[in-house]
Amino acid sequence: MAKPKLAIYWASSCGGCDIAILDIEDKILDVAAFFDVCFWPCATDFKYDDVRKMADKSITLTLFNGAIRSSENYEIAKLLRQKSVVLCAFGGCASEGGIPGLANFYDKKSIMEYAYVLSPSVEANGHVIPQPETEVKEGKLEIPYLWNTVRSLRQVVDVDYIIPGCPPQSDQIAAVVAAVIDILQNGKPLPPKGTVLGASEKSCCDDCPRQRNIKKIKQFKRPFESVTDPDLCLMEQGIVCMGPATRAGCGAKCVKAGVPCRGCYGLPANCRDQGAKMASAIASVIDSTDPKEIDHIISGIADPLGTFYRFSLADSMLRRVQS
Amino acid sequence: MKQILIDPITRLEGHGKIHLFINDDGGLANCYFQVPELRGFEKFAQGRPVEEMCRITTRICGVCPEAHHMAAAKAADAVYGVTIPSAAYKLRELLYLGFYAGDHTTHFYALSGPDFVCGPDAPAAERNILGVIAKVGIDAGKKVIAQRAAGQRFVEIIGGKKVHPVTSLPGGMSKRVTKEEQAEMIKLGEQMVEFAKFTVQVLNDVVLANKGYVDLIVSDMFTHKTYNMGLVDANNKVTFYDGKVRVTGPDGSEHAKYEPKDYLSYVSEHTESYSYLKYPYLKKVGWKGFVDGMESGVYKATPLGRLNVSDGMATPLAQAEYERFYETLTGDRTGKTPVHSTLATHWARVVELVYACEAALEKAKDEEITSDHILDPPTGIVGEGVGTVEAPRGTLTHHYKTDKNGIVTEANLIVGTTNNNAPITMSIKKAAEGLIKKGVTITDGMLNRIEMAFRAYDPCFGCATHSLPGQMPLELVIHDAETGEVIETIRRN
Repeated sequence: MAKPKLAIYWASSCGGCDIAILDIEDKILDVAAFFDVCFWPCATDFKYDDVRKMADKSITLTLFNGAIRSSENYEIAKLLRQKSVVLCAFGGCASEGGIPGLANFYDKKSIMEYAYVLSPSVEANGHVIPQPETEVKEGKLEIPYLWNTVRSLRQVVDVDYIIPGCPPQSDQIAAVVAAVIDILQNGKPLPPKGTVLGASEKSCCDDCPRQRNIKKIKQFKRPFESVTDPDLCLMEQGIVCMGPATRAGCGAKCVKAGVPCRGCYGLPANCRDQGAKMASAIASVIDSTDPKEIDHIISGIADPLGTFYRFSLADSMLRRVQS
Repeated sequence: MKQILIDPITRLEGHGKIHLFINDDGGLANCYFQVPELRGFEKFAQGRPVEEMCRITTRICGVCPEAHHMAAAKAADAVYGVTIPSAAYKLRELLYLGFYAGDHTTHFYALSGPDFVCGPDAPAAERNILGVIAKVGIDAGKKVIAQRAAGQRFVEIIGGKKVHPVTSLPGGMSKRVTKEEQAEMIKLGEQMVEFAKFTVQVLNDVVLANKGYVDLIVSDMFTHKTYNMGLVDANNKVTFYDGKVRVTGPDGSEHAKYEPKDYLSYVSEHTESYSYLKYPYLKKVGWKGFVDGMESGVYKATPLGRLNVSDGMATPLAQAEYERFYETLTGDRTGKTPVHSTLATHWARVVELVYACEAALEKAKDEEITSDHILDPPTGIVGEGVGTVEAPRGTLTHHYKTDKNGIVTEANLIVGTTNNNAPITMSIKKAAEGLIKKGVTITDGMLNRIEMAFRAYDPCFGCATHSLPGQMPLELVIHDAETGEVIETIRRN
């Protein structure tokens, strides 16, 4: 029997998802043995044209990481959807836009203008802005067109499953790989469409070993402003921690290392908007009923939008800041 | 005029392509290297708290997030005008050395190794990490996996997380290291030093003992006499986490030695409309296009560049390797005469690997790293800061300006691989010029030599990806410029 085909692709992302796959170490050999890796631009010799020639639905599983930011990202997302039985958003960028989605605070014009004109190291008489097409004396050169708004994978194509995390942690990846092999080998049923894999239904707080006393607070602090108590809930120490608005799955690594959660595992189960969920969590810890005092306490949160939506702005109900 | 489009090339940060234009006589008319991606970190940093930059900019690169974490953390320290406690400094340095030990290993074995261990003309199907293991044995493969895991473990112990570490704060670190964790790192460090010695032996046996390879390394096709850049310590030794930036000329003379905060006096960036990636150059020399020599501001910031700007290595085994490197390639073991052979970058990377492993072991033994005093919370704010580290792929600079609350108002980043954009372009062009000639049939081995030109610079994706069986996805499509018709497609197979 022919091996099931596996495709792995990266769009607008950092490569950390690929590194996380390598971090499953010797188990990567199981992947290589079980699957026919038919498209992995960073490891195999297959081209976009090879994928175009494949029959529709001939790829059993595609793990797609990265946000959708350019004409090229979009074209390949559509192509892989067409060719794949199961398309999985792999990692925070594909799932919810991730850190690249923070570009939605600004518009494309101001991003380009800063990078190529205003940045202090750009040469004084330069100010050349890259263009989709450039005529050179020998002919024409092309680069992809950048979108004004960064999108998640599911905003542009139909997605079957989501594996969250920035990056997905290697133990979770290993578990998902083992489960997929089990399903394919033993004819087990697929989980319902839309299932979040490699994470749990709980929130990050449920995995946090720090003690919670349901204490309310009068003042927010930045994470560096004092030496924190290693055993006590960071939020109760006044530090904005995204734990209550974040899906469990990472093993609460950041809070165990002394810094607050920033939400990289995305929104928890039964929640549509991570930032709104966090606003609600913040409201529940503020120790005041006086509107003025509440305003004052909230004003102590540095960059609420960029913190509550750190990894999910592009896929949130806000999607972007108006431009 | 014919056109040859190599698209996509991979194993660099993001995506890339090479566009070659061929004269009617069959020679190369011109060559363009394009990077078709921009994510806009400098702009969307605006409005974010500066202490968050070390957790946001890690996502510039998942292969070397440690470098961005450290550069951003150092810049944030400077924004708040704090000197971090000695133990915190040592922890950051140790994390960074562990990272280097793993990262350089992956590149040497999985990415560049196949070209030398299997040979540049080996069948493409063998030219990968499995081919390397077949040549040097399965035990060596296990050692490589163990070394990579050891480096990642240093990052996890000190940084809290393997990919995208989180523990640096303005004023120090958030996570203490226990005695048990220290003991684990010492044990791993001993294993790393043994691995470094083993790697030197592999280099000797497989590469340096083969005259054909040595001839290829020093051949004119892979030579560029550019300026060099890298961080040095107080004794002008190679350093990664902290130091002054030293720049030397193609003749080895010192062009500049400056504090990272003064980088704008020395570095400027050129832009071309056909690529999203800028081209840094030495401001005082000037941009003269894609040419080398004393009059061109093009510089390289690579393992080779770092060895060229330094007077040696700070640890004994690495120093011996440094001397052997220069003795072999220039006849002068002091290193005063620079090496300009791009492919010698791989050897330079091994010299740095030896240093990283030795230094990691030495610094893991320091009693102070288990101290409780790892954070001195800032009490004031300066409002501007520059942080520079030596990333494996080049000198990395983060520069932030903030308001009085530490919210970023301006951010400027000059990233490792970006430094080498111009030399990479030049190396590809020179290799292509040597390759594309009238009447010459293009072979797979020739294509691989074009790839070797950029692979030496270790563009970011390379180290991440070639650990799996597979082949380099390089394709040459030759078009008729008049009709657009594809005349010939040459692929790896």
